[in-house]
Amino acid sequence: MNEASSPTEPPAVAPPSLGRIFWVFLVMGATSLGGGVVGYLRTGLVVRNNWLDDVTFVELLSISQTLPGLNATNMSILVGDRLRGARGAVLATVGMCLPGAILMTAAAYAYGIGGDDPWLKAFLHGIAAGALGLIVVVMVQLGSRVLKEIADYVIVLATAAAVAFFHVSVPYALIAAGIVAIWWHRPRAGKVHKPHNAPIGERHHE
Amino acid sequence: MKQLGDIAGVFAYLSLLTVGGGMAAFPELKTLTVDTYHWVTFPEMLHFYSLGQLAPGPNMMMVVSIGAVVAGLPGAAVALIAFFLPTGILTWAIGRVWTRLATWRWRPAIQTGLGSVSVGLVLAGAIIMGRGAVTGILWGAIAVVVFLLLLKTKINPAYPIVASGLVGMLAHWL
Repeated sequence: MNEASSPTEPPAVAPPSLGRIFWVFLVMGATSLGGGVVGYLRTGLVVRNNWLDDVTFVELLSISQTLPGLNATNMSILVGDRLRGARGAVLATVGMCLPGAILMTAAAYAYGIGGDDPWLKAFLHGIAAGALGLIVVVMVQLGSRVLKEIADYVIVLATAAAVAFFHVSVPYALIAAGIVAIWWHRPRAGKVHKPHNAPIGERHHE
Repeated sequence: MKQLGDIAGVFAYLSLLTVGGGMAAFPELKTLTVDTYHWVTFPEMLHFYSLGQLAPGPNMMMVVSIGAVVAGLPGAAVALIAFFLPTGILTWAIGRVWTRLATWRWRPAIQTGLGSVSVGLVLAGAIIMGRGAVTGILWGAIAVVVFLLLLKTKINPAYPIVASGLVGMLAHWL
């Protein structure tokens, strides 16, 4: 991973222009309908533009998932930074966010006008039920990559129960469960850990 | 101004909880926007959250909708910046060091440990969301069908979710 030690260094080919970075992320930000943004990112960055190889993509994705922030914007920042430094990171993130932000602002105004309509309410209630199905799939996919031993499942259930049933606020649960989980997996002599990387080519609904 | 400050504080705070994805912040999102500040009702929040899942780009753009409901366009802009700037700077800074930590012995422990915790937070969010979204057998059935469909096929989630909305309208009509 020594070649990654300087994030502004071009990966393989000449780095794209800032305008090109903004445009590619804007297109991904506008077309990644339905939540499968990781799949769109891989198509846009690895397959179409050859800005990253698959190994780097998975590496950056695992950083994105470990840090706070959404995968879509964390990936934009990490990739933009690698291609053209801080300005690349800013333009990639703005491009990724702009279309969705405009749409959801418009949605808020439309909702203010027609939100009491019973037909719209029925439609949105149906969408909420469907979105719940999507979220559980995302959780199962994330879990199948991350959860390896019984202790991991215990952490999952304890964290979920504390927050959902005992009203422990998320930061406390995050810190307490995080410390226990990291300590459980602490580095020990003679034991080789492998980071959990996402399999390539599989559709992720995140 | 007070409202814009509240929006900035709430969404900057929520953004720091989104470890592993936006759903991890869902429990606090509900507590703050519905119970503490009364910006939206729980059904309204669910509606925006679900629309946000359909919208392109990052799947938590519903924070912009809540900002707009509370304080118009300035509210939307403040929510957007507050939700993405602090974690953005954090990711940018840590991203630069992280690759150098490839051989750091605690790194796999952090990655694996936080992975389990984030799955737990997503599960908690799904349970809380389910209390609002699954208000009868029909809605539960919709969630189960969409779950199975997305688990077994590679279909774009937008199709079954829009279909869920149409089923909701059909049920209203019947």
